Amino acid sequence: MRWLIASSIIFVLFLSIIPLPFELREWRPEFVALLVVYWATYSPQHFGVFSAWVCGILLDIVCLNPLGQSALGLIVVAYISHLSYQRIRSYALWQQSAWAFVLVGVYQLFSNWVNSLAGKDIETMDFLGATLLTALLWPLVVMVLRKIKIRFRLP
Amino acid sequence: MTLVLLGVERYTNYLSSLRHYFNTIAVPFYWVSDIPERIGLWFDDTFESRYTLMEENKQLQQRVLLQEARLQKMAALANEANRLRGLMGSSQLLEDKVVVAELLGVSPDPKVHKVVLNKGAQDGAYIGQAVLDAYGLVGQIVATTPYTSEVLFITDDSHAIPAQLIRNNVRTVIEGVGDLYQLRLRYVPSSMDIVEGDLLVSSGLGGRFPAGYPVATVSNINRDPGESFVRVHATPTAQLNRSRYLLLVFPAGVVGDVKIDTSNDGNEARDVKIDLSSNRSALPGQE
Repeated sequence: MRWLIASSIIFVLFLSIIPLPFELREWRPEFVALLVVYWATYSPQHFGVFSAWVCGILLDIVCLNPLGQSALGLIVVAYISHLSYQRIRSYALWQQSAWAFVLVGVYQLFSNWVNSLAGKDIETMDFLGATLLTALLWPLVVMVLRKIKIRFRLP
Repeated sequence: MTLVLLGVERYTNYLSSLRHYFNTIAVPFYWVSDIPERIGLWFDDTFESRYTLMEENKQLQQRVLLQEARLQKMAALANEANRLRGLMGSSQLLEDKVVVAELLGVSPDPKVHKVVLNKGAQDGAYIGQAVLDAYGLVGQIVATTPYTSEVLFITDDSHAIPAQLIRNNVRTVIEGVGDLYQLRLRYVPSSMDIVEGDLLVSSGLGGRFPAGYPVATVSNINRDPGESFVRVHATPTAQLNRSRYLLLVFPAGVVGDVKIDTSNDGNEARDVKIDLSSNRSALPGQE
């Protein structure tokens, strides 16, 4: 189980720095946040707030951000998922997707908050595009990881 | 804990050495994420038809010829400019050494205009070094690891660069606004002689950027009588989102042939009587 979590996180770290044209960067889905929500919802016993923090620090190192910028948002998101995973897991996929939209939005809010502390201009609603794309990826992530878990007989 | 970390990083210098190691961790990630790009380039190189290659070769040869012709003129001009500078007692700054670096990655954060290059401290890159492309100034290096370096573009909204208009040598400051195709001129008085299309070159003030490289052309001037300064926008001359190869500039005197003549300081130069008709003997330091 642990190796699956670790390797999926490392995989999305690569996805989150694949070079994109400058104009398209705003539309890059928040892959790491999506995976953190997934693992905190589907195996909360293996993936806690501390793991989310480690993921955030790794993401900041790789993205050359100030340390803690995304870690702050990710621990909040992981905590909320931990409080709500029992109910969320019984929802239909599209409902979970809507929930992921809210959580990733919260994560974006925190990282934009840190950004504005550092003196960046924040365009009001531009980041919602990336959040929407991330939410649309949720069913895909759930189904692919379900296949992988069945293949390797993981819980 | 995270808040403390953020605060420490933002307001103190305490983490910078640690950061250096962390950035080294990021290097393999950038290397791997660049692989698809390199495979694409390799395909382009390998599966090119002979005809295209010949055609390209011909074009390149023509260009080399043209540029060499221009260079001959340039050499004469540079020589003359250097001599005049020598006469005025200032150091010779026209010959900078450059090293070619390749783009390795682009900062994933849409609000930060930063790229990662494949030349690092081991290749002599240092923090504050100016970076060019074929068309103009791109930015400066803000962090290095042994094998890579981070370049902050002039368009990033935390960046500003001293510049001057090439037409009349008026000095000004250009700052980024977080838009890849636009820069803004700071504190332009309404009496300043500036028109659309003016070329701005780096002025070398502040000692960070070498003087004389093109930075931007003025694109839009808005004289609003109600405001205390004229609002001027400019377009960067460098092709910031197209170049894969960038040039690191080593100003003369840092690396390679040291060209700065230290024998003439200000006093001596003032005593020299400039006589343009006799050429060599008037150079200061030879008297």
